[in-house]
Amino acid sequence: MVLKAKVQRSIEIKNDALELGRVCRQILQDVTSDGFSEEEVFAIHLALEEVLVNALKHGNKNNSDKKINIEYNITKNKFEITVTDEGDGFEPEHVPDPRNDENLCKTSGRGMLLIRSYMDKVEYNEKGNSVLLVKNRAK
Amino acid sequence: MDRVNPEISIERLKNATVALINEEKILQEHDIQVLESSIMPLIENSHGINLIMNFSNVKFLTSSALGLLIRISKKIYEVEGTLLLCCINPKIYQIFEITRLNEVFAIFESQELAIESL
Repeated sequence: MVLKAKVQRSIEIKNDALELGRVCRQILQDVTSDGFSEEEVFAIHLALEEVLVNALKHGNKNNSDKKINIEYNITKNKFEITVTDEGDGFEPEHVPDPRNDENLCKTSGRGMLLIRSYMDKVEYNEKGNSVLLVKNRAK
Repeated sequence: MDRVNPEISIERLKNATVALINEEKILQEHDIQVLESSIMPLIENSHGINLIMNFSNVKFLTSSALGLLIRISKKIYEVEGTLLLCCINPKIYQIFEITRLNEVFAIFESQELAIESL
């Protein structure tokens, strides 16, 4: 059975940190008012910050002419979001594990690990410029 | 206590310099730059500094903030100082555990315990 989305939005924004902040706040307001727990909102917030900054910096290379597309919906059971940038994509399986001893003191490279740790599903498209994140609601 | 800017307050206690972070959320580039520009000058030319960063007000941070902490710890190493973190709330401590940074940083439950350890 497909559950009807209680909230469903599609937003295209400029590749700009302030815009990302505004969208992030809107999404957090939606999940909070829809009754997600404090822990779930924390997890969604963290994953959102990481995935949006990845799109801004690594995907769109801080190019203000580029756009980021965000589609999300909230159902009775989960929060689901797809973030797509206009970059060339990347191969997520080739990102080094920041927990390995040789990477522990690197100043970057932890975003994807956090996204995977806090979300229930993380799925990239073949090109690697679009990612689907799912956070299930606690039963 | 000196308030360096709205984001951070500095206090000297015994042989430690305590940096209390006033921000609830350390998010992306802007927050990081503000904190970095407040903390790095404390370390430069402070040979042997014992810097305690107090996170009691911080309720949320991103991987960019972890990167900043690594840069601070490298700068501290250059001046042969010590970096201690304290008062990290459980949700944020979990981020340190996931990334194994709880094994990299000396983290204390309270500011007093951090000072006593010096």
